[in-house]
This record gives sequence, C-alpha cells and structure tokens, in this order.
Amino acid sequence: MAQITLSNLAHTYAPSGEQESDFALKTLNHVWQEGGAYALLGPSGCGKTTLLNIISGLIMPSHGRVLFDGTDVTDLPAEKRNIAQVFQFPVVYDTMSVRENLSFPLKNRGLAGAQIQARVALIAEMIGLEDILDQKARGLTADAKQKISLGRGMVRESVNAILLDEPLTVIDPQLKWELRTQLKSLHRELGHTVIYVTHDQVEALTFADTVVMMHEGRVLQMGTPESLFETPKHTFVGHFIGSPGMNFLDASIEGNHAVISGQPVPLGANYRNPCGHTQIGIRPEYVQFTADGGLPVVVRHIEDLGHRRIVHAELERSPILVSVPEGCPFDSTMTQVRFIPEKINVFTNSWRVEGETF
Amino acid sequence: MAKIQNNKAWLLVLPVLVLVAFSAVIPLMTVVNYAFNDTFGNNQFFWNGLGWFEEMVRSERLHAALGRQILFSGIILAIEVPLGIFIALNMPKRGFWASLCLVLMALPLLIPFNVVGTIWQIFCRIDIGLLGRGMTALGVDYNYTNDAFDAWVTLIVMDVWHWTSLVALLCYAGLQSIPDAYYQAARIDQANRWDIFRYIELPKMSGVLLIAVLLRFIDSFMIYTEPFVVTGGGPGNSTTFLSIDLVKMAIGQFDLGPAAAFSLMYFLVILLISWVFYTVMVTRDAGGDS
Repeated sequence: MAQITLSNLAHTYAPSGEQESDFALKTLNHVWQEGGAYALLGPSGCGKTTLLNIISGLIMPSHGRVLFDGTDVTDLPAEKRNIAQVFQFPVVYDTMSVRENLSFPLKNRGLAGAQIQARVALIAEMIGLEDILDQKARGLTADAKQKISLGRGMVRESVNAILLDEPLTVIDPQLKWELRTQLKSLHRELGHTVIYVTHDQVEALTFADTVVMMHEGRVLQMGTPESLFETPKHTFVGHFIGSPGMNFLDASIEGNHAVISGQPVPLGANYRNPCGHTQIGIRPEYVQFTADGGLPVVVRHIEDLGHRRIVHAELERSPILVSVPEGCPFDSTMTQVRFIPEKINVFTNSWRVEGETF
Repeated sequence: MAKIQNNKAWLLVLPVLVLVAFSAVIPLMTVVNYAFNDTFGNNQFFWNGLGWFEEMVRSERLHAALGRQILFSGIILAIEVPLGIFIALNMPKRGFWASLCLVLMALPLLIPFNVVGTIWQIFCRIDIGLLGRGMTALGVDYNYTNDAFDAWVTLIVMDVWHWTSLVALLCYAGLQSIPDAYYQAARIDQANRWDIFRYIELPKMSGVLLIAVLLRFIDSFMIYTEPFVVTGGGPGNSTTFLSIDLVKMAIGQFDLGPAAAFSLMYFLVILLISWVFYTVMVTRDAGGDS
C-alpha cells in the first residue's frame, strides 16, 4: 500500500503537443491517500483511462512525475511498480485453471508454494470462486472470468494500489450490483488503495469515498459523493451527476436574490453581484410544485418511475425537470414551481460561486 | 414455437448436385470401376474384387513412397510451423512496414506451382543456376540431380520458401486479434516473454494454427507439381512421393487397376486425416471461449 502523488502531471499523445487541445490529460496535482477508495468518473474519452494507465505505468506521462510514498516511479515500467490492474474486458489465461490463474502473479514473484496456496484459497473464498478453482478458465461465463481478473488483481498482498478500469462493463445488471457490493467489502477487508474508473455515476457514488470527476482531460471536482451531488463545482458535474441531472436556468444575481425573467427567486446565501454569464442550478429533487407564490411553468409530459415521477416542464421556454416523490400532492392547479433556497447553486461562466451565508 | 418443416428448399441444392455429379462423382466412379476390375483391353472387364487393394497394401514400392511422403510432410511441418510462428511474432504490428511485410510475404503464395518448380530447378542447377554455381564455387559438393540428400534439401527449402508465408500470415492474423489488455495484464502479472507466448499468444492463435497445420499437411501430403518439375522423383526413386508414384503407375506403366485402388486409398487417408482435424477443431470450439 502506498500514497500516490501526482505532481504537475499532464499527458499528450501528440509527439510535439504544445497546444492545450493536444493534451489528453491537462496539468494535475493530486494525492491519493493510502487505503482510500477512489472513483474516477467521467464520460468516455475524458482521459480517465489515460490517467489510470499513467499511474500503473502502462503509459509514460509526457509531463510531470508520479510518486509512490515519495519515491519517484515515473520512469519505472508497469511490471516494476507493484500495482494491480483490472481491465474493462476480462483477461484470463485460457489454458490455465482458475487456481493457476490466481496463483500466476504470485508464482512469477517467486513466492513459496504454501504461501501461494493460502493466499489463493483466501481470495477465492472472498470472491466466490472456490467451487470452480480446478476448472479451466476457458469456457467460463464473462462474469466468472471477470471475477478471476479481479482475483488476480487482489491476490498480491503487498500491492501499492489496485486500479480498476471499468471492471463491470461486461457484467449483467443483476450481477453488477452483487460484484459492486463485493468490491466494496473487499476494499474494507484488504485495505488497499483502490482507484475505480467508470462512466457510471451509480458505480462511482456507491463504491468510492472520494469521487474524482473528469471532463475533457481536466479534473473538475474531487470530493465525497454528497458534495458532488449538492455542490457541483462546475455545471458539467451538476449535469453529469444525478438522474436526471441538475437544472440550469439563466438568471441575473442580485445579492441574495436571483432574477429569472423579471421574477425574484430567493437564494440561500449572498452572492453580491457576480459578473459574466450567470446561471442558477437546482436539482429536480429540490424543485416543488405549488399553487401560487412561485414561477409559472407549463408541464409538457410526465415520466412515472414508480417511486417518483419526473415532470418535464417549461419555464419561460427553457426546460426544467421536477422530481415529484410518491405520495407528494400534485394536481392540475399546481402550475408554479418553487426552489428550496439553500439548495440553489450559483454559477458564473460554468463555475460555481461560493456565497456568503448570513 | 414449432418449426415449420419445408423440405422443398433441398431442390435449390439440385443444380450443385448435378454439377458435382459430372465434375467429381462420375469420374470417380470410373476410378472405382478400374479399382475392382481387371482388363486386357477392348473395354472388357473382369471382376477382381479386392485384389488390387490387397496387392497395393502389400506393395513394397508403395510402402517406400508412403514412408518418403510421411517424412517429407513431417519435415516441412516441423520447419514451417515454428518458423511461421517466429516470423509472425516478429512482424511489425502496424504502419508502413507491416503492410510491406504482408505484401512481400504473400508474393510466394501467388506464384503458380509449376513456376515455383521451374524457378528452383533453374536456380539450383550447377551449370547455370545462381545457387548451384554459387555452392560449387564455394566448394560445396552440391548436385540435386544425382545426390538424394541434395535433392531432398532442395525440395524442402523450396517448400519452406513457398509456404511458410501461409503459416506466418495465419498466425499474424491470430496475433492481431489479441487485445492490448492481455499484454498489459501480463506485464502487471510480471509474466516473462515465454509465459506470454505460452499462455496468451499460443492459446489465442491455436485455432488458426490448427488450420495452418491442416492446410500444410494436406497440401504437402498431396504434393506433385514442384518435385515433378525439379527432380522428377529422382535421383532414382529417392524423391518419388505418393502422387508422383501414382502418376508413374497410372500413366507411365498404364497399370490402371492398381493405380485406381491406390488412388482410392490415398483419397480415403486424406479424408480421414481431414476429418480428425475437423473433429478436433469443432470439439475445441465447443468447449472453447465465448
């Protein structure tokens, strides 16, 4: 286990990339604490796999350094860094049995037979492979194969970190949930530093203590799942996290009020008079329908999800989504919406502004 | 849902059946006819039962040709398969050089068999051939026309030159289909070069490799044109393989009965081996990866 430090790290695939747009990964400083459970979240192509491969040593960064516990490992290849990595698609050695697959990384590092046996037995039990230990890996189902990949990643006790690159992509939804829970408890039992790359916010938010949100090669926000949900630093985070994402409405900000098409909306803090393109962001969960005292909306259609309804409405021709929980009163007289003031975030030029609470 | 049985579709196969009947089945029947009968000419046939087959199975001459044939196929497989794998492993993976390699490798495969024979026949002649004269100039006692060993070496080198590309190209295709993640995982698992070959590359190309071995075995087992052009089966009978012997028997000596029995057995042996290969491949795939 180790603390991983990224210092002024950046990467470009272009040989002489000088322009900012050439960079798959823009300059980044970050410390991954020992034993932490991290998720790297972002849409496809945002640079999260590049970042992961730089940490594991499969890619040499074009700029900056990678340090494990203060030791510079930037120039060390993957095989020397003592990390484990699990890939999107299961990688198993077809001709070996499950047991041989799990013991392979240990055997290559010259561990004694008894030690290998004990460690393989432990890991196999943890991830539920003990029944098929002596079967050939060829011909197993995709999720069993991915379990083997996970097992091979966890079998080494002394790894600096376990890197998971969208490990549940090929798994059926039902088993996904099971494996995710397993991963979480494995992390708790083994205490490794785990970095989990995913584009699925549910996976990220349920697995990680700290979520690192990336977009176009840049880290937008780092924080607990809750902080990403409640106080997104960037409109993209607000839009990406949550299902559905945050509503954004153009508004002018005047101290502790926002003005949307001439109507004042109270805010939970004082923002003075920010300049630039100002917007307010409000989660559909924090928008309420009301008969009067709010902003008038036109309801377009309603999605019934069972435990709640998502109402697609229009406020002055800009779309707004409202989440109405089960049992919450909602009828045709309620044609206005109200925002919970404390839950409103204010953004200028897409970045969140911190308000002064009174 | 019950499947609808409609056997009328078989009628669509009829034209092919008719064509195959004329191109293969009917000519084959004349061979079968010769194999079970004897004739003294005038289109008069006498029933000979399994006589020709018994004679051929006991024939020393056939045993010797079969022995040479197995030896030849064994040697060229033992050279071409490892060499093909080795070349495939070392070919560039992408870019200009990969394309150039592919084109150069494919060239020998495109040359007609008798032209290959002619090229090597001339290339190896000690009076005018570059290789033959060169060897002689270097003081090597080389003459494929009167030394059995030299003749064998010439034929084997020619076959390796002609067909190793096929094995290499098939293996190359197999290697290209391995995702990068496998190599990355192997690096992280600290697998050495031999492990990567043994546990990743070989299993992933075993399917195409089996096809390569099958093709090369069948082809070399039936080889005729190239040795016929280069050595004509000589010196003596030292490079007389099964098909060369068959042609000598059928067209040289006009022993149509024995030759017909011989060719039927030859055909059945190849069919049997192909079937074994096919069965192995199918059972492998059935127990194989998803």
